[in-house]
Amino acid sequence: MTSLAIGKYVVLRRFVQLGALVLLFGGRAFGWTILRGDLSHSQLLGVVPLSDPFATAQLLAAGGSLGADVLIGAVVVLAVYALLGGRTFCAWVCPLNLVTDLANRLRGDEDPQTPSGRSIRFWALGLSLVLSALTGVAAFEAVSPIGMLHRGLIFGMGAGWFFVAAVFLFDWAVRRNGFCGHLCPLGAFHSLVGRFGLLRVRHVHMNCTDCGLCVRVCPEHQVLELVGKASGSVLDSQCTNCGRCIDVCDDQALRFDFRRNALSIRTGGS
Amino acid sequence: MSSSGGMDRRGFLQGLLRSAAAAAAGGAVWGGFVATTKHAPLALRPPGALAGDAFLSTCIRCGTCVEACPYGTLSLATPGEAAAAGTPVFTPRDVPCHLCQDVPCTVACPTGALARSAVSDETGALDVDRARMGLAVLDRDHCLAAWGLRCDACYRACPLIDKAIVIEHSRNERTGRHAVLMPVVQDDHCTGCGLCERACVTEKASIRVLPRDVVQGRVGDDYVRGWDAEDEGRIDPATPVGSEQGNALDWLNDGEVDHD
Repeated sequence: MTSLAIGKYVVLRRFVQLGALVLLFGGRAFGWTILRGDLSHSQLLGVVPLSDPFATAQLLAAGGSLGADVLIGAVVVLAVYALLGGRTFCAWVCPLNLVTDLANRLRGDEDPQTPSGRSIRFWALGLSLVLSALTGVAAFEAVSPIGMLHRGLIFGMGAGWFFVAAVFLFDWAVRRNGFCGHLCPLGAFHSLVGRFGLLRVRHVHMNCTDCGLCVRVCPEHQVLELVGKASGSVLDSQCTNCGRCIDVCDDQALRFDFRRNALSIRTGGS
Repeated sequence: MSSSGGMDRRGFLQGLLRSAAAAAAGGAVWGGFVATTKHAPLALRPPGALAGDAFLSTCIRCGTCVEACPYGTLSLATPGEAAAAGTPVFTPRDVPCHLCQDVPCTVACPTGALARSAVSDETGALDVDRARMGLAVLDRDHCLAAWGLRCDACYRACPLIDKAIVIEHSRNERTGRHAVLMPVVQDDHCTGCGLCERACVTEKASIRVLPRDVVQGRVGDDYVRGWDAEDEGRIDPATPVGSEQGNALDWLNDGEVDHD
C-alpha cells in the first residue's frame, strides 16, 4: 500500500527537475541568461560552465581535444555530485526520471525482486568508453534517451520520442525500473562518482516498525538492507537520494543526514 | 569444501565470460548504430566547424551555438535527421548563415568543435570570410541566367559579391543577339553561407550549398601546375622511383634508360 499523500521530497525533486528544464528552455526560447545550453553543457549566469562529466569522458575517449570551458565545467559538476553523493543526478536532475517514475507508478505495487541484471549498467559504462574510442563519437550520447529528451524539450524533439517511448514501454511492460536500474551507463557513472558523498539517507533503527514500506517503494531496494537491522547511513552508492523512503515512512525512522561511516552501522544503537 | 570453492570460482569465471560475451554482442549492435550516425555527408555545419570526424569527437551537443545565432540559422539535428542527433546544422534554403562579423556561434562554442582559429586571420582577429561551411554549386540546366534571362539574384545576395560569385558575359547563341550574364562561383572565396541559395528565384533552388568534401575533387600528386611557382614547389628535387641515387637528370644520363 503506497500512501497517496504526495511526499515532501517528491515535490522538491519535481521542482528541481522541472526548474532546470524550464530555465534551459527559457534560455533557448526567451533569451534568459540564468542557465543556457542543455544538460550536456550549460552556462550558469553566463559565467560558470557546467558540463556532463560522462559526456566529457566519452569525448576524451573519442579523441576530441576539448576546450577549457568544457573541462572546467566537467570538474565543477563532478565536484558537486561527488560531494552530494549517491546518484543524486538520477533522481533530482535527470529528465528521464519523470518518464520512468510514471512507468513505475502505472505498474503499481510489487514485491521487491531479488536484484538481478543490475550490473549490466557497468558493462554499458565500460562499453560507452570503448565504443567512443573505436568510433570516434561519444557513444552513449549518440543513443542516450536522456539526451534525446532534454535536448528535445529545449531544441526540438524530432524522432526523439521513439527513444523516450522505448524506455517508458520497457519500464512499464518489461522490467520495473528497467532502464535506470539496469541499463543506464550514466547512472552507473554517477554511482561511482557519488561513492563517498556526504548526503545520505539515515536509518534510525529504534523508530523502525519493520513495516517494509520503504523497501517496497525504493527503486534500488537492495540499498536499504540495513533497514530493520541497524541504525546508520545508506552507504550503497546506487541510492539515488530520491527520498521516497523518507516520504513513505510513518515512523521517523528515515531522514536525510550527513554520512556516517560503515562502522556505525554495526555498532549503531538499536 | 575446497572443491566447492573451485566450483564457485569456475562458476564465477563462467558467469563473467558470459557477461562479457553478452556485452560484446550488445556492443556490436550499439557500435554499429553509432557508426551509422557518423555518416552524414550532406550536413552543413556552422562557421569554424572542425572537419568531419574531428567535429563529431569534439562537439558535446549543448546547443550553445544555436542559442548564440541571432538569425535562427542553426538548429540541433533531431534524431532521424541526416546528421548525428544533437549536433548543429543549418539549411540555407530556410535560413542561411548571415556571416556575422563577430561570429557569435563559433566564439560561444565551449569545446572547440567550432574553432575560432578557422575564422580568424593570421593576427588572430576574427574574419568570418574565412569560414568554409560548404561550396555553392550552380545547376546550369535550371538557372534562369543560363537560359538568357536577366537574373542575378544569387550574385546580388552574395556577401562576397564579385569575389565568391562573379558574372561572366557570353553570347546568347539561341537568340544570336543577346548576352548571357552567367553567375559563376569562385571556389576559393565561397564561404558556403547559402545566401545565394536562399535568394534563388526558381521553385527549387538552382544554386545550392553542399559540403566541400562532397563537391570538390583532388588532383593528387600526379599533376602539377607547372606555370604556378608555388605549385611547382610541390615537386621535390625529383628522385626516380626505385633509385636512391642522385637526381632525375643523372638518372636519365647514366644509361639506365633505353634511348632507342
